[in-house]
Amino acid sequence: MAYVQGQTGEWEMVIGLEVHAQVTSQAKLFSGASAAFGGAPNAHVSLVDAGFPGMLPVINKYCVEQAVRTGLGLKAQINLTSVFDRKNYFYADLPNGYQISQFTQPIVGKGEIILDLEGGKSRTVGITRLHLEQDAGKSMHDQSPTETFVDLNRAGVALMEVVSEPDMRSGEEAAAYLKKLRAIVRYLGSCDGNMEEGSMRCDVNISMRRVGVETLGTRCEIKNVNSIRFVMQAIDYEAQRQVEILEGGGEIKQETRLWDTGKGITRAMRSKEEAHDYRYFPDPDLLPLVLDAAWVEDIKKTLPELPDEKKQRFISQYGLTDYDASVLVAEKASADFFETVAKGRDGKLAANWLTSELFGALNKMGKSIEESPISGAALGGLIELISNDTISGRIAKDVFAEMLASGKPAAQIVEEKGLRQVTDMGAIGAEIDKILAANADKVAEYRAGKDKLFGFFVGQVMKATGGKLNPAMLNDTLKEKLKG
Amino acid sequence: MTIDINTVVKIAHLAHLKIPPQQQQSVAGDLNKILAWVGQLDEVNVEGVEPLANVNDGSLGWREQDVVTDGDKPQDILANAPSKTADFFTVPKVVE
Repeated sequence: MAYVQGQTGEWEMVIGLEVHAQVTSQAKLFSGASAAFGGAPNAHVSLVDAGFPGMLPVINKYCVEQAVRTGLGLKAQINLTSVFDRKNYFYADLPNGYQISQFTQPIVGKGEIILDLEGGKSRTVGITRLHLEQDAGKSMHDQSPTETFVDLNRAGVALMEVVSEPDMRSGEEAAAYLKKLRAIVRYLGSCDGNMEEGSMRCDVNISMRRVGVETLGTRCEIKNVNSIRFVMQAIDYEAQRQVEILEGGGEIKQETRLWDTGKGITRAMRSKEEAHDYRYFPDPDLLPLVLDAAWVEDIKKTLPELPDEKKQRFISQYGLTDYDASVLVAEKASADFFETVAKGRDGKLAANWLTSELFGALNKMGKSIEESPISGAALGGLIELISNDTISGRIAKDVFAEMLASGKPAAQIVEEKGLRQVTDMGAIGAEIDKILAANADKVAEYRAGKDKLFGFFVGQVMKATGGKLNPAMLNDTLKEKLKG
Repeated sequence: MTIDINTVVKIAHLAHLKIPPQQQQSVAGDLNKILAWVGQLDEVNVEGVEPLANVNDGSLGWREQDVVTDGDKPQDILANAPSKTADFFTVPKVVE
């Protein structure tokens, strides 16, 4: 548990997150206009989205289905009856003067999410609810000195708001929560999880209390935090700020604050902006959303294997460590790649090559796993050559580098360059004899008790043979011969 | 429930309506009349009836196919805009 050290003692963070995840739909939540990112100004807008009088919203079934799937992925209760409400506030990019959201009866109720933490530890965080709502339009304040420009392309795009319980106790846990939630929605395909494009956005609720105290302190909400790194920075900054106020005898004012990426601080929004009294009421344009239990069951049957289950399977099926399994399942593409490499081969070896060699190389090239110049099958070919002793692990690194550069299969490189490992006892013995004969003085020293010279002999033999001898056989034979 | 002048001022602010002080009393009176009229519903015995979100029967119908069927008409969208630049709505600067 990461406590914050103040002047007068230790403090504990209490953190809850609200995540807005954009549904991967083609059309908007209540209209047939495109939900695609970007587009010419006001081109992805229907009369419904622009709030023209007399236009009626009709819900997109796909969006409802994704909310249900996400709820099931969070092991949450699915509410067969839910209600859409109007959340009333005025802003230039909200044409109706209200956002259609869900307030008292959301589509998804309580669930949970398991965080993977440092050192293979895990922690369960409660999900309070998930509801469907509309996104607002986009205001641009930097286009003119006197005017704000409004583009309604995003207005009406379907969002899933996922609200957590105040169960997190550090920035690291908040980061782990976001990573896991992102992994789950990506596995499900219900949201692309792209924080840069804003298809996943996060508001942070944080309060402080002295270690050991059960009651909650007054919280602040931090908006506009657009990456996992910034979430951690904003939490650390805000925790320090609150502790300084509390230790100075002050009180925390419950308020909405903005994360300022440039300055690395949070600052209070102008009080006028947050003087919100949303006056929620059921939207008279929309009847209650009633789902068929059998339909929900059908959706449940089509859920893919999710990160937690996949991780457990990787551990039991391939004998991976908790850590390696966590790294591999974090992205579905990595997990799929791993299975292509590992199927019918040595899973641990495959995991090692993937996490230490391939990921490292891709990182250097700035490429994603999908863009890997070495396919899963090709890397599997290399693993096979190591497993069946055709090449040593050391030679395999050279072959790997060659595969990256040329795209040739491992077996072809080994043949062309004559890298096949020497496993013939006679040949190995002959190589050793040559080295021992050339270093008679060192042999004498070794036999007189200078054991450390063993490595020298290994190195010399390897150098003479281009590293092609089987290391285990070399060790055994060398030991025998040195005994004299 | 009765609406006093303070409430009128508050909800006028929330609704972005400018109600001059000399009219506030009469607006309060009007709103109270409306509430009293709706308040007749209190005479109905609703014991044992679940709260309703909508008085109509049935449930929400939906768009079966997730396909784009609308849009690409910024000129229609902006036709009534009091102020615009290119294909954007423009409003007096909203300072963040």
